Amino acid sequence: MEWEAVIGLEIHAQLATRSKIFSGASTAYGAEPNTQACAVDLGLPGVLPVLNAEAVRMAAKFGLATHATVAKRSVFARKNYFYPDLPKGYQISQYELPIVLSGYIDIDVDDEGSKRIGITRAHLEEDAGKSLHEDFHGETGIDLNRAGTPLLEIVSEPDLRSAKEAVAYMKKIHALVRYLEICDGNMQEGSFRCDANISVRPRGQEAFGTRTEVKNINSFRFVERAINYEIERQIDILEGGGEIVQETRLYDADKNETRPMRSKEEANDYRYFPDPDLLPLELDDAFIEDVRASLPELPDAKRDRFMEQYGLSHYDAGVLTASRELAVYFEATVEASGGEGKLSANWVMGELSGLLNKEGKDITESPVTPDQLGGMLKRIQDGTISGKIAKQVFEAIWNGEGDADAVIEKKGLKQITDPAAIEKIINEVLDKNPRQVEQYRGGQEKLFGFFVGQVMKATQGKANPGEVNKLLKKLLNP
Amino acid sequence: MHQKTIAELAAGLRAGDFSSEELTRHLLDRISGLDGKLNSVITLTEQQALAAARAADRRLQEGDAGPLTGIPFLHKDIFCTRGVRTSCGSRMLDNFEAPYDATVTEKLAAAGAVMLGKTNMDEFAMGSSNETSFYGPVKNPWDLERVPGGSSGGSASAVAARLAPAATGTDTGGSIRQPAALCGITGIKPTYGRVSRWGMIAFASSLDQAGPMTRTAEDAALMLAAMAGFDERDSTCIDRPVDDYSASLGSALNGLKIGLPKEYFGEGLDASVGAAVEAAIDEFRKLGAEVKGISLPNTSLAVPAYYVVAPAECSSNLSRFDGVRFGYRCENPKDLEDLYVRSRGEGFGAEVKRRIMVGTYALSAGYYDAYYLKAQQVRQLIRDDFVKAFEDVDVIMGPTSPTPAFRLGEKADDPVTMYLSDIYTIAVNLAGLPGMSIPAGFVDGLPVGLQLIGNYFDESRLLNAAHQYQQVTDWHTRVPEEFK
Amino acid sequence: MALDTEAVSKIAYLARLGVDESEYDTYARNLSDILAFVEQLNAVDTEGVLPLAHPLDEKQRLREDKVTEADQRELFQKIAPRTEAGLYLVPKVIE
Repeated sequence: MEWEAVIGLEIHAQLATRSKIFSGASTAYGAEPNTQACAVDLGLPGVLPVLNAEAVRMAAKFGLATHATVAKRSVFARKNYFYPDLPKGYQISQYELPIVLSGYIDIDVDDEGSKRIGITRAHLEEDAGKSLHEDFHGETGIDLNRAGTPLLEIVSEPDLRSAKEAVAYMKKIHALVRYLEICDGNMQEGSFRCDANISVRPRGQEAFGTRTEVKNINSFRFVERAINYEIERQIDILEGGGEIVQETRLYDADKNETRPMRSKEEANDYRYFPDPDLLPLELDDAFIEDVRASLPELPDAKRDRFMEQYGLSHYDAGVLTASRELAVYFEATVEASGGEGKLSANWVMGELSGLLNKEGKDITESPVTPDQLGGMLKRIQDGTISGKIAKQVFEAIWNGEGDADAVIEKKGLKQITDPAAIEKIINEVLDKNPRQVEQYRGGQEKLFGFFVGQVMKATQGKANPGEVNKLLKKLLNP
Repeated sequence: MHQKTIAELAAGLRAGDFSSEELTRHLLDRISGLDGKLNSVITLTEQQALAAARAADRRLQEGDAGPLTGIPFLHKDIFCTRGVRTSCGSRMLDNFEAPYDATVTEKLAAAGAVMLGKTNMDEFAMGSSNETSFYGPVKNPWDLERVPGGSSGGSASAVAARLAPAATGTDTGGSIRQPAALCGITGIKPTYGRVSRWGMIAFASSLDQAGPMTRTAEDAALMLAAMAGFDERDSTCIDRPVDDYSASLGSALNGLKIGLPKEYFGEGLDASVGAAVEAAIDEFRKLGAEVKGISLPNTSLAVPAYYVVAPAECSSNLSRFDGVRFGYRCENPKDLEDLYVRSRGEGFGAEVKRRIMVGTYALSAGYYDAYYLKAQQVRQLIRDDFVKAFEDVDVIMGPTSPTPAFRLGEKADDPVTMYLSDIYTIAVNLAGLPGMSIPAGFVDGLPVGLQLIGNYFDESRLLNAAHQYQQVTDWHTRVPEEFK
Repeated sequence: MALDTEAVSKIAYLARLGVDESEYDTYARNLSDILAFVEQLNAVDTEGVLPLAHPLDEKQRLREDKVTEADQRELFQKIAPRTEAGLYLVPKVIE
């Protein structure tokens, strides 16, 4: 029996506003418990919500960036349930009329090419507080600092068919919200959370199988493992003649398994109804066009432009536009190098990324600035140093030894290009190795590399390879 | 002093006939001496009142006084008052000292008014007789065995008994107007959104409005001017300038078009109440108004629609009372569920629980369309009735309550009968229009109220009409014997 | 719509309201009366009528994204039944 997985992702992105969605308390991470929970956030008797304009703009930005409809009229609804981190006993969310509807995003999965994933909707809602279960003997501590932080809940169509596709989608959305500067995407801090709805069905069947929901996965790696585990689990059950129970499950990263969550609510009857403390949100064309005008160049557009402008491959352009910061770094390097697109791409994706990864650094933490890197690339381009020597120079810049020129000067790494000087050295090498000369002249052309090597050794790698080749050929073949 | 209206007291204070401190002490004594019979006050704030009175006296001396400077009033216990118990008539909030002030509280303090204390009310504003309060029922000063009406029963009773010249109330289905009628005083519920709901403990968010309860329309105009106004903390509060209500009180009523809905004068209306109301309307004819019959065809649907919408909204609004961050918490909860179930079970009274359950049911899966959605559609029909009527008339009038004050306990066992006390007032809240009740006579020694309903933001016209009526009648000056 | 005691029990739980077993019958009766009363609404034809959620035809106002609230934890927790180390405490919740 061939099985097909059907996956939909629900992503909760915390919007990077300064204040909460319905109150003026701060959303800054890491404050002492309950020091950023004002009367509104605490749900004290008599308090009322007022909507944060920036949260609305950010949601609209997301809608425009995903080719979606930004609703001219959307309504806030109450989702009613009891839980200690939900102070009012209801969450203000959006139900029947969300702010964003029917968008899509294209993803690239290795070997598959481009695939369009539908975004059913995205809506605004408030986050709940946090529960702390340790430290309190038989009790749980509630911190409401996070209560009221704006969330954008992004719901995909069940268009994903594998864990890999799911990860690609999640990464794309992650990059997009950071590009738009509406979310910092920090999964450790909980600003970007993902729930997966997973079901399987026999290949060819139209009807969906029973699905389970896997909650609160907080890294790309875990998403992939959790989904794969769940798909296997479901297939095993179905092949064994059993039935899938529709339930919510938690992913356990240590054991790499999902297990059922103890239900928060027996019957999840949320009794949604429009929140009477808020009026319908109406956005006019002027507002939407204003948001559209403020959109930055989006990842896909930037990738396409890089391909054209710098002659990069789809893959390379994709890597360089994966994050806005990396793209900015790359372009600044190109500028500083005097327009060396491909060279900059190679170095950014190669040496630079290599060292960044090794030291666990993000591009924003690079000790080498675009100006420095570009400056060094200029020196490769103008022949001052060879590509090989450049590696040494780069490491020196990384370690804070100064700019390219300073390093080259200090370490005497200038490339030797003077034909006379090179000839002299070549002749010295030929003199020192008469047997190989004879062998070469006798037909062993492979020995050419040996001579090149010897010249390089004699010049500590500084001889210009092109010149060496040219002159060596000349002198070996009189 | 306690017989004087706000307008008269303000004049006296400015003239130096007496000080605000003297006046305040007088009323505090009066309350201490007489409120035992009424049970209209839950918390007396003596020290705070005297301090405010002294501050008001200073402002009066400096010539920096407004119309309410130094005027004592009682505040319905639904409004948050910083550092002072705000119980909402419930055991759930018996220990709740509000950490902040409601906008209405702030505005009245800024106007220099002196808060004497917090008045009794039906629990969480749910009731029409003030019999559901955790602090015991309030009595009607006209007959201590009868109810004052509700939910602002404490405020109405206290003003009628001259324990204070004014009190604040709130009105969701009639809770200012109906007790005003049953106690023989003046009360106005402004247009929805006219007064800020910030700090006013929510019952039914799309229906609640705060308003003044006084003896005269002139006084109500003064209070409303201080209470009304835009507040950015309330999304449903309208940004619109407040009219100078006092300035238009004196306009003549010639040509005022009054509509009498035939549905308000039919079955269910006590004949004597009807007669008193007819007599009141005759006075308006004498003042030059034109009276015509109109129809509000969907009137009979108002009470059922209300009893879906209001419970639905309150079932959600009251979920925050869970024993976690404030208010009543049960002893030794054995787990989280127990904490919720017992704190709420013990903290809330029966009527509140009934309404929460009706509301929960109406919103629950499978019933939302049949109940909540349907009721909101009917609400549209009711509003359309009024909009159409106001194309032909300026003010709509009728009885405020179908009967005068009934006996304590008479309707307490039958919720539906109790609900029908609000039959004339409820539609006004559903439509969000302003409504007022003024004293219009007596039946067997019990007050009868005339209701005036206006178009959106037309409070000036209502106050003007009421004031003119009060110039040619004296019902509003009558005082219950025991409280003279 | 007539409600039996089981229905009352379910609704009470949804609303987390403690209701004494001895009171179930009274509640069932009262609730059934109220629901029967509001059933009148079903007789009305509301085809094509838009539900009215707010009396006013206004739209939601937007607030500038500014931090305007200071830390008032001490004030707010003064009235809390049970706190420790700045946290609100409830009986242990098991996820």
